[in-house]
Amino acid sequence: MLSRRLGPLWLGLGLLAALALPWLVYPPVALDIACWALFAVALDLLLGFTGLLSFGHAAFWGSSAYATGLVAIHTGLPFPLAVLAGAVVAMALAVPIGWLSVRRTGIYFAMVTLAFAQTIYFVVNQWGSVTGGENGLQGVPRELGGVDLSDPFVFYYWALPIVLLGIAAAWRIVRSPFGRVLVAIRDNPARVRALGYPVERYEVLAIVLSAGLAGLAGGLFAVGHGFASLQEVYWTTSGKVVIMTVLGGIGTLWGPILGAILLVLLEDQLATAGFDGINLVTGLVFVLVVLLFRRGILGTVRHLLLRRRDRRVPDPEPGVEPASAPAVEPAR
Amino acid sequence: MSPSPPAALQTFGLCKDFRGFRAVDGVDLTVAEGSVHALVGPNGAGKTTLFNLLTGFLRPTAGRIEVAGSDITGLPPDRVARRGVARSFQITSLFDQLSAREHVELALASGGGLGWRFWRSDRLLGRHRAGALDLLDRVGLAGVEAALAGTLPYGRKRALELAIALALDPRVLLLDEPTAGMGAEDVERTVELVRQVRGGRTVVLVEHNMSVVADLADRVTVLQAGTVLVEGPYAEVRQDPRVVEAYLGSATTGGATDAAR
Repeated sequence: MLSRRLGPLWLGLGLLAALALPWLVYPPVALDIACWALFAVALDLLLGFTGLLSFGHAAFWGSSAYATGLVAIHTGLPFPLAVLAGAVVAMALAVPIGWLSVRRTGIYFAMVTLAFAQTIYFVVNQWGSVTGGENGLQGVPRELGGVDLSDPFVFYYWALPIVLLGIAAAWRIVRSPFGRVLVAIRDNPARVRALGYPVERYEVLAIVLSAGLAGLAGGLFAVGHGFASLQEVYWTTSGKVVIMTVLGGIGTLWGPILGAILLVLLEDQLATAGFDGINLVTGLVFVLVVLLFRRGILGTVRHLLLRRRDRRVPDPEPGVEPASAPAVEPAR
Repeated sequence: MSPSPPAALQTFGLCKDFRGFRAVDGVDLTVAEGSVHALVGPNGAGKTTLFNLLTGFLRPTAGRIEVAGSDITGLPPDRVARRGVARSFQITSLFDQLSAREHVELALASGGGLGWRFWRSDRLLGRHRAGALDLLDRVGLAGVEAALAGTLPYGRKRALELAIALALDPRVLLLDEPTAGMGAEDVERTVELVRQVRGGRTVVLVEHNMSVVADLADRVTVLQAGTVLVEGPYAEVRQDPRVVEAYLGSATTGGATDAAR
């Protein structure tokens, strides 16, 4: 594959960009980009590699944001452990949600996940004594054995390894035997069932893993901002991560990262300019992507590259037709 | 019939309703161990529904299904596959992005739980490489193992289907119209292939092409309107007046296409 051969090059450039980011943009925005990038990659695990459109991923991002915040506030644990605890909570939540959602497919799956996310939103909103209700969970500390993390610029570099680990985990998962089964499920679930694979259980595990990565991202986001707000569990957060993933290109891993960068930057620019119709603009971006280039940015680029390569090399698989066995044509 | 060995596959009063319409209506089917059993009948006779019931893709409204004497009624398709009932699909059910070898590896890996390992490299599936190459060789696909399934010509896709089903090492092999859409030459080749690779395995096939049925099947079950019209050896069945009327007779409009398909 083209992308596999160029892998190390892209990886190097990506790492460089990740390290340079807080120099290029306002450091809190850099952290937002990193968190959303991991969140979008987590969603892509389901949307791009399993063929499941979750419209309720805020449930995992948000529940981890709150759980991380609560752990950090009440135990004073170093922030990576608090984030890890948040991710575990998100994964635990993903087991029943996943188990009940995978019984539906397509748009119904999206609806069921949305319904669960709204339930979480309701619970967080009502449970004010613990979550702070509409005020959100304030005063989440950035604790790490006495290291001064108050500067967002410094904190970015402490948070980045967690994001990179999360993305690396996603990369491992999609290139594992499990990932191979997931892609097969995406392409043809009935066929995978007939091979003896319990498709629903694979989907549940995919949801749990995705929730864990989304949880890492949400937890870091809460620590980075110093609070967890209701926004984190609201459906617009679920929608935003879907838009990022689709914008960048599903099933590519790099695409969602690109989508996150673009959308966070766009929102930051609009907010700085004092424009308050941000959702209108992101919604328009989404409509344009879906109408004009459904593969997303990276998906479209890859498609064009592959098409050009195919045109240059008319027969990419010379071993397909040995002379001894003539081609079989369908009678239709 | 001697009662001693249980049938490879047996159904008892199998029924399937779709919103009040009874697609399969009280089918008692007995497929003897090691035999080739054909399911035939006009369109809408319930062949495909029966096939989907046997493989767990549909749940029966009533009745029971047994494999070698053990009840598999209501099990999901993956569990049915584990019980030794493997099915082939008609065309377009392959994964276009996977190579022929990767298809067979995926099928071989399904039994061992390898598919759960999300923390390992997918190169781990290569441990089934030798087995996959062997199966591809048996269905005449040696040399094209690296080709993406999407690029294979039609007849070879069908051969790959067969290799995938065989990879599950099934007790019963269910073939869904293995020669659908093929020209005469490929039909012949496919019949020969099924004969070779089944190696004594029990085979159930849904088939429209009567010459294929004549060539392959030990027994034939003719379905009509969801019920068993006639069952017996092909030579008997084809002369049964009810069959002539219901199936071959009604085929005066579509018989030529049935034979040519």
